[in-house]
Amino acid sequence: MSLHDQSTLRVLLYEGPGSQAWADEERFDLLSQLLEQGYSLTRRAGTGAVAPAQNQPMLLVGRFGQAGPPELVSDRTDHLRVQDVEGKNVAEVVEEVGSARQAMQAAEPGAWKPWFPVIDFDRCTNCMQCLSFCLFGVYGVDGEQRIQVQNNEQCKTNCPACSRVCPEAAIMFPKYKTGPINGDVVSAEDLEREKMKIDISSLLGGDIYSMLRDRTERAKSRFSKERDADKALNERQKCLTKLAQEGDIPAEVLMSLPSPEEIQARAEVAKAKAKSALEGRSPE
Amino acid sequence: MADPARILFCNCTYAQVVPKEVKAEVLRQLCASGVDFDAVADLCEMSARRDSSLAGLAKGPVKIAACYPRAVKWLFAAAQAPLPEEATEIRNMRVESADEVTAALRSPDLSPNVPASPAAPPVAEESPTHQAP
Repeated sequence: MSLHDQSTLRVLLYEGPGSQAWADEERFDLLSQLLEQGYSLTRRAGTGAVAPAQNQPMLLVGRFGQAGPPELVSDRTDHLRVQDVEGKNVAEVVEEVGSARQAMQAAEPGAWKPWFPVIDFDRCTNCMQCLSFCLFGVYGVDGEQRIQVQNNEQCKTNCPACSRVCPEAAIMFPKYKTGPINGDVVSAEDLEREKMKIDISSLLGGDIYSMLRDRTERAKSRFSKERDADKALNERQKCLTKLAQEGDIPAEVLMSLPSPEEIQARAEVAKAKAKSALEGRSPE
Repeated sequence: MADPARILFCNCTYAQVVPKEVKAEVLRQLCASGVDFDAVADLCEMSARRDSSLAGLAKGPVKIAACYPRAVKWLFAAAQAPLPEEATEIRNMRVESADEVTAALRSPDLSPNVPASPAAPPVAEESPTHQAP
């Protein structure tokens, strides 16, 4: 199932007229547990504004007592349910929310770690370097040949490499540790810093893809005589260590790169796509 | 009289970049304040999902407790739910203290701080002309 096919379950903790209020600590305990499990929440007691209902599954939870829960005028039980949790403790309520989520077929929280690039279009010049660089098909272009992130879930967790090839520091990873990649303000120093302007492919003296291919070919030739597969692996690791250190790219991402042939093929596809987008875009 | 701002809290559940004690204390103070509010587990996850509820959460005036304003702005934009620049205040729990964030959320004044755009962001299409392989 695609990432875009399901919505997050919104749990509405109702504490307005006709229901009992929760103690402050108990409310905090419940809400923090539900957030840690991935749900969206609304605390509603009639003391302020909250977001309007959208087309997403919603579970209304409250302690309604003898009066019972309100009747809802809706036949969309897949989108709206009411749960009377009178007499239940926090753990029991959390469990009931989990059951309701499954029954309402809302998105499973935590099934995917949200690591993906976010483009700052105030900075992006549509140069397509990110599209040319990414081997994993994360980027694409829209109908107007503008760069966009199309396949978030194909991004490699903790890898910020594409943000480092962006000459404008326009690519953010909000969960990255430092700025400006994490979304912090881009300073003049950031743009000046060699770190930000780095062309990763030049780190190892040229095109990284051909470098990887050449190294592997050399290693293959040498190790086929030596019949020692471990040495081939060591060679590849050595060659990638520098890249991992300089670009803060997780070693496991580099080590899981496809074969040199596949890398070359994917790089060609990405470059062709970028070239086509650049040639096809209307002049500004 | 202008509508009071809604409050939206992001728990950044799937990463450890927001100090745990800060986000816990902000949530604790919100829970103790008696005020209504919305909270989400992780804005990044919802943005990647292009969750339809982000459109409702983006409606201003709104105060958001999350992370860097530039990141939050473009997370919403990526989900086709742009934040209204003149009616959104974003507090950054990565760098501000819990008391600073809570005070700003509870203040009757709204201090818009979304980075201003010179032009509107492009709107993504359902069926892009070029799909990734």
